[in-house]
Amino acid sequence: MADSAEFVFSDEQRELRAAVRRFAADQSDEQVVRRLMESDPGFDPKAWARLGGELGVLGLSVPEELGGVGGTLVDQAVAVEELGAALFCGPLFGTVMLAIPALVAAGDEQLLPALVEGTRTAAFAVGDRGGAFDPADVSVRATADGVLSGTVERVVDAAAADDLLVAATGPDGVGLYAVDAAAAATQARRTQLTTLDSTRRQATVALDGAVGRPVAGPDSAQRVITHALQVGAALLAAEQVGGAQHLLDLSVEYAKGRLQFGRPIGSFQAVKHTLADMLVEVEHARSAAYHAAWALGDGSDDPALAASIAQATASRAFAGVATDTIQVHGGIGFTWEYQAQLYYKRAVTDAALLGSAEQHRGRIARLVLDTASADGAPWVATGTE
Amino acid sequence: MSTVADSTRVADAAHQVVRDHDPTEVPVHEFLAATFDAGLAWVHFPEGLGGLGVPRGLQAVSDTIIQDAGGPVPFSLNPIGYGMAAPTLREHAGTDELKREWLRPLASTEHIWCQLFSEPGAGSDLAGLATSAVRDGDEWVVNGQKVWTSLAHRARWALLLARTDPDAPKHKGLTYFVVDMTGPGVETRPLRQMTGQAEFNEVYLENARIPDAHRLGAVGDGWRVAMTTLMNERSSIGSSGSRRGSGTIADAVALWASRPELHTPVLEDRLTRLWLRSEAQRLTSERSRALATVGGPGPEGSVGKLVGAELNQHVYEFCMDLLGPEALTYHDYTMRDLQRGEDYRGPLQQRFLRSRANTIEGGTSEVLRNILGERVLGLPGDLRADSGKAWKDIPRG
Repeated sequence: MADSAEFVFSDEQRELRAAVRRFAADQSDEQVVRRLMESDPGFDPKAWARLGGELGVLGLSVPEELGGVGGTLVDQAVAVEELGAALFCGPLFGTVMLAIPALVAAGDEQLLPALVEGTRTAAFAVGDRGGAFDPADVSVRATADGVLSGTVERVVDAAAADDLLVAATGPDGVGLYAVDAAAAATQARRTQLTTLDSTRRQATVALDGAVGRPVAGPDSAQRVITHALQVGAALLAAEQVGGAQHLLDLSVEYAKGRLQFGRPIGSFQAVKHTLADMLVEVEHARSAAYHAAWALGDGSDDPALAASIAQATASRAFAGVATDTIQVHGGIGFTWEYQAQLYYKRAVTDAALLGSAEQHRGRIARLVLDTASADGAPWVATGTE
Repeated sequence: MSTVADSTRVADAAHQVVRDHDPTEVPVHEFLAATFDAGLAWVHFPEGLGGLGVPRGLQAVSDTIIQDAGGPVPFSLNPIGYGMAAPTLREHAGTDELKREWLRPLASTEHIWCQLFSEPGAGSDLAGLATSAVRDGDEWVVNGQKVWTSLAHRARWALLLARTDPDAPKHKGLTYFVVDMTGPGVETRPLRQMTGQAEFNEVYLENARIPDAHRLGAVGDGWRVAMTTLMNERSSIGSSGSRRGSGTIADAVALWASRPELHTPVLEDRLTRLWLRSEAQRLTSERSRALATVGGPGPEGSVGKLVGAELNQHVYEFCMDLLGPEALTYHDYTMRDLQRGEDYRGPLQQRFLRSRANTIEGGTSEVLRNILGERVLGLPGDLRADSGKAWKDIPRG
């Protein structure tokens, strides 16, 4: 696909957005989301397979030779944004945001086709520290033969996953291993957790003698995992933009229609200005998220910095907009029946996954402030001029 | 859409001008008069009025060639002239002779222009202004006080909005004029700011007389004409982007780097937040600019002034807090006449004090949030106490 100028969507990308939006409206309205989040496995495998097989939006940036569509990361971000806007229930985080980018970076052909088709799903059982990878944190050990033992806490989308990508420390260092969850059912026990966000499930993965197939060895695992975490940061930011825009639209409509003191509450400046500030946050998040998607795709910026800018901006935006959405809605915003709570819980969850805004700001400080030059500092008057 | 032929025509004209009038040699007025005559002052204006009648987007073609040859940036020399007066004169001045008479010296910057809109009693509510213009034969007699007028002390001409019908509702009783700032009855006084300096003026109009020929648009149609001026002020999207870390945030980052002994984790996070917000806004401006090339900016174009103003303040508040007591000194409160081209920003402390105006000038942050809420998000307007009332019956104070 031809490169386009940063921030300018192609006609194909606009069509893609419209197609995913139609699919989500049809397959993932609020009633469906509520039904799925209270059932097992927490999503509709048939709808997931349609996303992969019919719409082809699960592996948009996977090269054709690895079984993908051969598009760009921006394409994938567009699809993820729309699914995020609908709070689509499915293993997007584990499969699309992390496992697929890791397998692409590793050049692994074996698992990708089924993940891209949506006939299998995956989870990324790799602990991160604020969205970055530190080999010292790896809690699983591997023998020379790839036999894995150890526990990974709170792995998103792991309970229902067919494939687990596990970071483990072997005799030669940290590698990334693929575990077939069904084949290793007794050696890879998954304990589903009750999660704050019922639409994004987590499980504890306890490995005890499970056999893993090496996907990336000690010479490349760190690069592969870091790449996956950066792509995941950009895509998660796109999801956050989708959720935040949905809530802004919802809040604006409510403020136009809700009457108190004989007038729409949106005519009061206290409410109007809150909504204006929400708009600013959403626009900033959109810019940062899509800059990261473009830059990670074409190498036009430091990937670590672009990913941290996106996450630091989008996490605060979505969480802040979700907070204000409840406030603008008043009492109904706090009820179980109203949808604000579902998005609020997703916003809180997304903000903590792959590094908090604070952790990413810490990384930005290291990358930007620690290397800054004192040249051009403003003159400070001393009172003796 | 622009054609290749138009683009070539503009480029050829620009090359010709810099060849015939080397901008590094000839005086700036002479060079800029030549760009006017060549139709490069505003390429989308008609021929003979400083343009070539080609699409506005081609201005960048000419500007790039001229600036690469060492030519001046005329907007910076006559900002209100280029940014606001020129489009208003082109659209509303009564005759082509008058348009040419005003536009050529405006373009050459021999005639600086200023704008007499705001008043002590009409800031955010500009349409409530009180300066009166009363018809007297072929002339109008103007009385009132204007404020926050930049460049009034150097201006030859002013754009004036005055009330000609106090019995009409406030937007309907206004008329737009061009005033000779050197004529009798026009007095300019510097308006000293909290920085000690005076970037702005107050202008007192006492029986100042304006020929009716210098009226722009119909009597009572001044608000609509003023919208031409103000829309042009807001739609001046730059042709090139800014670098990461440039602008006001650069002051804070360089100061931070120059004073490692003052670093604390709390201050570091505060600065990182400011850097991040600057960067998010920079990317948003880039996005706005990119989208403007393919059809027009969306809501992202409206947030820049609001965010930029608040960021400026927070950046300088950070710098002051970083330095602590060391920053509690000042260079000089003596009011000086700023020289043309002088860096008026001064030392850090002056920049800090100056930034207080950022959330007020050019639209207060409160008004900008109303604009975002009403024009971008489509929220209902606030209840108005002056709706439909004759201007003279609206409470003021």
